[in-house]
Amino acid sequence: MSILVHDPGLETTVQDTGRFGHYAIGFPPSGALDSFAYHVGNALVGNAPGAAALEAVYLGPTLEFTADTVIAVTGADIPATLDGEVIPLWESVAVRAGQTLAFGQLAGGARPYVAVAGGIDVPEVYGSRSTYTLVGMGGFAGRGLAAGDELALGDDAVAPRAGRRVPDDAVPVHPEVAELRLLVGLHSYRLTPDSLERFTDTAWKVTPDANRVGYRYRGAELEFVPREQPFGAGSDPANVTDCGYPVGSVQVPGGVEPIVLLQDAVTGGGYATLGTVVSVDRDRLAQTKTGDRTRFVPVDLDEALAIRHDRTAQLERLRSDLS
Amino acid sequence: METRYDHGGDEFVYVEIDAAMSLPAHFTSLAITRQLAAEAIDGVEEICPSNASYMVRVDPDRIHPRDLVRELQRIESEVGAGDDDFTVETRIVDVPIMLNDPWTHEVLMRFRDRHQDPTGTDLDYGARINGYDSTDAFVDALASSPYLVTMMGFVPGLPWCFQLVPRERQVEVPKYVRPRTETPERAFGFGGAFAVIYPVKGAGGYQLFGSAPAPIFDAAMEQPDFAEQDSVVFFRHGDVINFRRVDEAGYDEVREQVADKQWRYRTAPVEFSPRRFLDDPDGTNAAMLEGLYS
Repeated sequence: MSILVHDPGLETTVQDTGRFGHYAIGFPPSGALDSFAYHVGNALVGNAPGAAALEAVYLGPTLEFTADTVIAVTGADIPATLDGEVIPLWESVAVRAGQTLAFGQLAGGARPYVAVAGGIDVPEVYGSRSTYTLVGMGGFAGRGLAAGDELALGDDAVAPRAGRRVPDDAVPVHPEVAELRLLVGLHSYRLTPDSLERFTDTAWKVTPDANRVGYRYRGAELEFVPREQPFGAGSDPANVTDCGYPVGSVQVPGGVEPIVLLQDAVTGGGYATLGTVVSVDRDRLAQTKTGDRTRFVPVDLDEALAIRHDRTAQLERLRSDLS
Repeated sequence: METRYDHGGDEFVYVEIDAAMSLPAHFTSLAITRQLAAEAIDGVEEICPSNASYMVRVDPDRIHPRDLVRELQRIESEVGAGDDDFTVETRIVDVPIMLNDPWTHEVLMRFRDRHQDPTGTDLDYGARINGYDSTDAFVDALASSPYLVTMMGFVPGLPWCFQLVPRERQVEVPKYVRPRTETPERAFGFGGAFAVIYPVKGAGGYQLFGSAPAPIFDAAMEQPDFAEQDSVVFFRHGDVINFRRVDEAGYDEVREQVADKQWRYRTAPVEFSPRRFLDDPDGTNAAMLEGLYS
C-alpha cells in the first residue's frame, strides 16, 4: 500500500509531532507547523497521535493511492478533489485504489495537511519521521517530495472509516489579521519602551521570507536602548552573548525585520529576542502567508498556560468524539 | 552578576547567569545544568547549557514553569555562584583550519553591503578593531591557544568556541549588521567572543575568517569518527579544540582523506578543571597541548 507522488506542489514534506531530545546539539524539533490540523487529521483517520502525515504549503500535491484507504485533509481552506470530485475538508474520506487526490486554489490559510490511515511509513531518524531539509535528514530521503516518489504507508490505524467529521465550531477560521499571543521577555529590555509598544501596536506584514525556519515581518522600525556592551556580545545594538533561542521566539536584527523562529529554526544565536509566541499560536502563524497582516498580543505566563490547557482539553474532546 | 530567570513562552525557561561572557559565568551554568541533569526532575524535557546562560524545555503539563524556576534557584544556591571546583572528563581535539582561504573570501566579498566595513575583508576588520598591526598578527592570536566548546547548536553540530586565554587577550568582533543569506559549509567564523565552524551551508551572521577542511557534521556517518561515536555531529559540549593552521596543501591533504572516507581527528583525553585553568591558563593549555601532540 503506497502513495505515488504525481506532483509535489510547492513544497510537501513528511511531518510528525517532532524530533525531541537533541536541541542541545542543534536539532530543532521540526514536525508539523500547524499542530492542531495535524493532530485532528490523524484522529479523523484512526491513527495514533504521532503518526506521520503530509504538510503542504500554498499549493497542494497531486497524489495517487495504490490501495483502498481513508484520508483526511485539514488545515488550510483549499478545495480538494478525488478524481475530480470535490471532497469535504476536516472529514475522513474513503479512497479507492487508483484514485488521485488533487488540490485547487488556496482560499484561506496557507498549509493543508493530508493524513492517511496508518500514517506515512518512512524510517525514524533521531526518534522522528519529520523532515528537516536544512541538513537533509528525516522524512522521505531528507527532502521535500518530488514527482515519482512512492511513499509507503503503515497499517496500524484503528478502525479507519469515512464520515468522521470535525464539528464546524471546532474548525479554525483564518482571519484577515492573525493575532499571535506573545509572552514578552528574554531580552525585551534591549528595546525602548516606545518600540515595545510599537511592536504590539503594529499590524506587521508577512514578507516573502516566510517558511518552516521562520517568518520575517515588515511594518515598523524599532529602536534599541543605548548601552555599554557586555563582553562577548559584539558591538551591534541587537547583539547579545550567544544563547539558546526558544521555538517561537521573536528577534529583530537591525530593528526593522522581526523574525519569529519556527520548528526548523536555528536553536541558538546572538541576536536579542523580545519574547516568545505561545506554542498554540504557532498553528495560527502557520496558516498565514506572504502579504498577510499579523498582530502580536501580549499575554502573561498564566494566560499562556491557560491557552495551552484549553487546547489540550479541546484536542482530547475531539479525539474521544471522533473515535 | 545576578542570575536572571525568564520564560520563553509556555515551553521554555531561560536562565542568564550574566549578560557578559566569562569563564566563571560559563562554569556556573555548567555546574547548575550538570546538577539539574543528575536530579532528573519530572517535566524537564531538555537541558541546553550555553555560554553564560542555559535553557530548559519544560512540559508545563507535568511541572509548572514557576515551580521549575524555584527548583533551578535552589540548585543555583546549592552549587554556589562561581562554582568552579569540579572536573570535567573531556578531550582535546586537533582541528585543522586554513585562515584567509579563497572560498570564504569569495562569499564574504559578495555580502559587503551587510558588513560594518564594506571596504575591506572580515579579517582586516577584525584585526583593526582588536588593535592588531597586521592581519598576520591577528591570525596568529586566533590560533595561539586552544578553545573550550561552551555551547552547541544553531544547526546540528556547530560548536561555539571560547578561547582559553585571559580576558585582555580575547578577540571580540560584532556579528554582521544584517546576516548573510549564504555561508559556505565548514566556514570558520567569529562573532562576539566566539569562534565557530559552520557544519553545513546556510545563512549566518559571523565574520568569516577561514575554512576547516574536515567535516564536523556527517549525516550519513560515513567518516570513521562519526560511525564510532554513532552520531551525525562530531563535537560535544565541553570539548577543548586546538585550531591548527594549515596552508592550501595541508587543506587539500585533509580533503583527500575525507574523500576516501578515512579522515580521523586527532584527540587526547583531558581532565578539565575550571579552577586549575583559572589559576594557571597558560600552564594548563601547555599541558593539554603536550598531551595532544606528544
